[in-house]
Amino acid sequence: MASIFFQGIRSNQLIVCPLAHFSRIQTAVYCTLQRPQGQARPQGQARPQEVSFQEQRKVQQTSSQTATRKPLEQNMKGYEAIIGIETHVQLSTVTKAFCSCPYFYGSPPNSTICPVCMGLPGTLPVLNSKVVDFAVKLALALNCELSVTSKFDRKQYFYPDLPKGYQISQFDIPIATKGFIDLDLPVEFGGGHKRFGITRVHMEEDAGKLLHSDSGSYSQVDLNRAGVPLLEIVSEPDMRSGLEAAEYAAELQRLVRYLGVSNGNMQEGSLRCDVNVSIRPRGQLELGTKVEIKNMNSFSAMNRAIDYEISRQFLLHSQGQSDQIVQETRLWEEGYQKTVTMRKKEGLADYRYFPEPDLPEVVVSEDYIENIRSSLPELPELKRRRYEKMGLSMQDVLFLANDISVANFFDSTLENGAEAKLAANWIMGDIAAYLKNEHLSIDEVKLTPQELAELISSIKGGIISGKIGKEKKASLYLKEVIKSNDIFFLGILDTKITNIDRKDIDSLVGLDWDFFHVPSAGLSGGILVIWNSRIARFHILESSSQLVIGDLDVYQKGMWRIASVYGNKNNYVRRSLWNTLDRFSTNDLPMVVGGDFNCLLNKEDKKGGRRFIFSTGQIEMHNFISRNDLHEVGFLGPRFTWCNNKVGAERILEKLDRCFVNSLALNSSHRLMVRHLARIASDHCPIVLNLLGFPPTYKKIFKFENVWASNPTSSEVILFELIAKGGTVQKIIEEKDLVQIVDPGAIEAMVDKILEENPKQLQQYRGGKTKLQGFFAGQVMKESKGKANPTLLNKILSEKLNAKKFPLINHLF
Amino acid sequence: MSFLIPNPRLIRPARRLALPSPRSTSPRQLLHGAATASATLSSPPSNTVASGVQSSEILSIRDSLLSRRRTASEIASEYLDRLHKVEPQIRSFLYVSESAMKEAEEVDRMVAAGRELPPLAGVLVGVKDNICTVDMPSTGGSKILKGYRPAFDATAVRRLREAGAIVVGKTNLDEFGMGSSTEGSGFQVTANPWDLSRVPGGSSGGSAAAVSARQCVVSLGSDTGGSVRQPASFCGVVGMKPTYSRVSRFGLMAYASSLDVIGCFGSSIADVAILLNVISGHDRLDSTSSKRDVPDFANELVSLNNLDSRPLKGLRVGLIRETIGEGVDAGVVSAVQAAASHLEHLGCVLNEISLPSFSLGLPAYYILASSEASSNLSRYDGIRYGNQVGNGELSSIYGHSRANGFGDEVKMRILMGTYALSAGYYDAYYKRAQQVRTLIQKCFRDAMNDNDILISPAAPSAAYKIGEKTNNPLAMYAGDIMTPHEGLMKTKTSEYGGLIDALFKIAQGAPQRNSCSE
Repeated sequence: MASIFFQGIRSNQLIVCPLAHFSRIQTAVYCTLQRPQGQARPQGQARPQEVSFQEQRKVQQTSSQTATRKPLEQNMKGYEAIIGIETHVQLSTVTKAFCSCPYFYGSPPNSTICPVCMGLPGTLPVLNSKVVDFAVKLALALNCELSVTSKFDRKQYFYPDLPKGYQISQFDIPIATKGFIDLDLPVEFGGGHKRFGITRVHMEEDAGKLLHSDSGSYSQVDLNRAGVPLLEIVSEPDMRSGLEAAEYAAELQRLVRYLGVSNGNMQEGSLRCDVNVSIRPRGQLELGTKVEIKNMNSFSAMNRAIDYEISRQFLLHSQGQSDQIVQETRLWEEGYQKTVTMRKKEGLADYRYFPEPDLPEVVVSEDYIENIRSSLPELPELKRRRYEKMGLSMQDVLFLANDISVANFFDSTLENGAEAKLAANWIMGDIAAYLKNEHLSIDEVKLTPQELAELISSIKGGIISGKIGKEKKASLYLKEVIKSNDIFFLGILDTKITNIDRKDIDSLVGLDWDFFHVPSAGLSGGILVIWNSRIARFHILESSSQLVIGDLDVYQKGMWRIASVYGNKNNYVRRSLWNTLDRFSTNDLPMVVGGDFNCLLNKEDKKGGRRFIFSTGQIEMHNFISRNDLHEVGFLGPRFTWCNNKVGAERILEKLDRCFVNSLALNSSHRLMVRHLARIASDHCPIVLNLLGFPPTYKKIFKFENVWASNPTSSEVILFELIAKGGTVQKIIEEKDLVQIVDPGAIEAMVDKILEENPKQLQQYRGGKTKLQGFFAGQVMKESKGKANPTLLNKILSEKLNAKKFPLINHLF
Repeated sequence: MSFLIPNPRLIRPARRLALPSPRSTSPRQLLHGAATASATLSSPPSNTVASGVQSSEILSIRDSLLSRRRTASEIASEYLDRLHKVEPQIRSFLYVSESAMKEAEEVDRMVAAGRELPPLAGVLVGVKDNICTVDMPSTGGSKILKGYRPAFDATAVRRLREAGAIVVGKTNLDEFGMGSSTEGSGFQVTANPWDLSRVPGGSSGGSAAAVSARQCVVSLGSDTGGSVRQPASFCGVVGMKPTYSRVSRFGLMAYASSLDVIGCFGSSIADVAILLNVISGHDRLDSTSSKRDVPDFANELVSLNNLDSRPLKGLRVGLIRETIGEGVDAGVVSAVQAAASHLEHLGCVLNEISLPSFSLGLPAYYILASSEASSNLSRYDGIRYGNQVGNGELSSIYGHSRANGFGDEVKMRILMGTYALSAGYYDAYYKRAQQVRTLIQKCFRDAMNDNDILISPAAPSAAYKIGEKTNNPLAMYAGDIMTPHEGLMKTKTSEYGGLIDALFKIAQGAPQRNSCSE
């Protein structure tokens, strides 16, 4: 029997040796294929819209469907999108812009208001000087030219949340103009350095909020937010895709957080983006009709909303209906993943701006500007360039510079003498994983940069044991799986490895294996495909961060098309996966599509956690399955392939990993069976497809002694102790008696003791169960309280186990 | 005006407004005020207090209290009796305080306890109803704010109270100060005490009439384009429009923010000077208020007895030719000329000067004031306070509340102002009016280089009949020809005050007495 193997691997550390990542392995489950549930159309349930927009709606639906079928780039042939963004940043000043009320997000309605921000008759605004400080800070960070003298103007319109009937803003003389922002695009999207222009930055006040009653029959006004200072940042129309726009906004968020002028929180509305999108034929100078999109409360929503809007506009163009693109404001509907008309502008709104007579002009002196300039922190762009020069990879650089508290922690660790790459690994690995699990930020835990530096130097100095054991474990485990299942093709998902070479493969699975690797993007992803070159040859057709597809020529057994899938969690990104698979889908060859789809198909696929929702992502996957005539293969083993590794009420089980075949494969003479192997030390289980025509030989399912996980190495013990309780490395080493045992004599004694205590296992081992080496290693590690040097331990253990020259009998079935 | 950001004093955030504003007495202010009054008063009246002081109602009240000849209660009840007696004919008050007598008794207790009396102790002050008072309704003369009670005292009112004054009530006005006859009030028409068939002028007609009829000792008004000076002239009292920024506008319902000033009425120059002393000075709640020191207006008044025969020797007085030319009543012209020759007699050098930009002032004023009014009045939308009318649907609430709440004059100015600020018209109206403003500033600056004082009548005619001009808004507007210029002098680029501090206009009642029946 031979098998094809798809496996998700998750690691929570990134170490110089990439193989160390194979420390945790994930499980997957299967279930029979569910037919797509009719033509469920969420659009049908869309909110009632006005009759006059019906035509528009039809177009939206069509474009929505089309947009899912074809990749955007193909769609946009001959056209380019022009995107400009207006961003409102709520400043985190202690008091409001023109009165002395504080502002706290979420306080009871109308609890932080006064006559001034309520706009009572007779009140006058008095400018909060911090607003100017913050505006100048941000303007300098955006490389803007500052206006020595700027003024406030009144922008007039009626709305109940606007207590004065006008908003104090800046019109023709904003405080800053003509700047730019530099950023690095994420590596997983191709990377690259970009500069986008900033047209202007101006100060203004926020309006209140309307609270609409459930019945819709009345609304209430909450003026807490009225008068909260805002900076509006207007970009040049320099962005060309949703991704660029989202990255621009993310960099702005980073900037305001670095500067401490705002919390930049999109959910709370502290950072709000209104995006203008238009498209035009390439080469045309004139801009197309622009559409404004509002209501995006995350960067990924921005990305999707813009790409959706671009494809909607393109579709209208390509159908000769470009006159249907009108100047309007559209809302992003997260639930339906599309934009809908909010209001159509009838002509240009006339805000009747005029200079605010209640406020004097704002004059910023040269000294004042220079004072602020010299107080600016190191900004993200400079930080990234500095990290880059340290030799860190772009992923590391982006990760570390993303969050100012992480960057500060990292910088401080370096100042304490740690080596950049090692410090980065610890921060991005175990520490980041811990923080993510506990929903904490790095400055909320007790670990200090000094102690991290100390920890790193203790490992380096050999005082405590590092984490070398994990590499062995992954290798050991893989070899076992391969051997016990006669696997000749493996897809390993979510490798978190940026590069891998021949030597690594050899040590991982042994000789005779070829491989193809898609590097991970940042801290996640990465697909490694490995095949036994003695049995088959694999020809790659296409690869991406979500997919490796190719033809596997099994010598004398025919050709199979095999796709190893690692679906993105974001269903919008996943669309491109379906699009690629559509292109390579075939019925001329038997085809297998397997892996982690990161998508549930129905509510039986899930246990615990939030309620299953059948939404766009599910529909798209169903559509994909049905239009390509794919069938899910029956499975043996645990039902769910993924677990969040929590206990009790928080435990969530899901079936994320699946294996589909086309009808040709289904009708082939081979008997197909998927097996979900036990979930070991990871949150996914491996799934194995047996595809040769032999009845499966039921072997005892491979079991791996999860000893390493229960006996963390000293460095991990210390790290978590530091995070949770603080203290110093030195003290914990002393307290917990964690000094690494490097004395071969001491380890040998322990090995002897364990072998003596477990005569039965020893006999089994010597009877051929070589995988029991893991068990022994674990026992010894336990005996040493995690202090034994793992390399030394394995070496001694191997010698001891094999010293007796018992013949190593390969079991035959 | 401009300022440099790094100076923290300049844009220091205001402290939280107290709701309601506590009537804390600032000892510094009291001392300052007390010093002012006692300097002239602590000594026996017969000795140094001269004829100017003898005519000061405020000082004579103080004198009575200090000498214990009369109690504050007696004085207050005398005024209140008169107020109630003539009010049915004059109708100058929209609201009369119920606590005035209690406050007077409080003053008497202070006297009895021998405590130092603040400068306005026992003085009954009328306050124009567009100036916020925490214990009385403040409507701005508009039905849209009927029954509205502010949560705070205007800074000027707060300073009055700290100086011991008793706010006797809220005086009638043209709605939000828009008008020249007080016929534009949303509630009642005030009559001129000199002739009940005639208007008291406006918009501070109630405040002027109340002082004129001795319903109160002094009163506060507001002046945007002549609303203190013209009614003072019509009612024969002293009216004072201070320089823009001299008195805090905080608590004054804005009509045209760049022109609005709180002004004073009194029956003598000394009273007005004392009142102005009390209410002047920087206020951190109004960032347009001047930081210049407040001169001691009252103490700089010199008694006539102490003057030689030509006390104004060498003072250059410019009589603006355009203000006594065509369209100005002969009686007005002769009164002004008489006043001018009196000044000459006192030693002034009189020049007749020409202000070529004079005819531009009125139209520029009406465009700027209406534009700002259209913005300032948009807060009266019936949502948060005031009268809400409508069927519950938003645009209906807006439409009906404003249609019912605002009077015709206000609606007209909102429409004019909205028009002047609209896209496509902004350049032709608002922007040009601003240019005219600059031109007028230049003209006045030139005139002030050659003169120490400029004089003109406050209005082209004496008080006219009630109803005479209500159907002719242009004639009504033309009545404001004399007064808007000073307001327009306010410049954005120079420090507040400066030039115009010297240019205040006292519109004496004298010219009008000729035409008013007594």
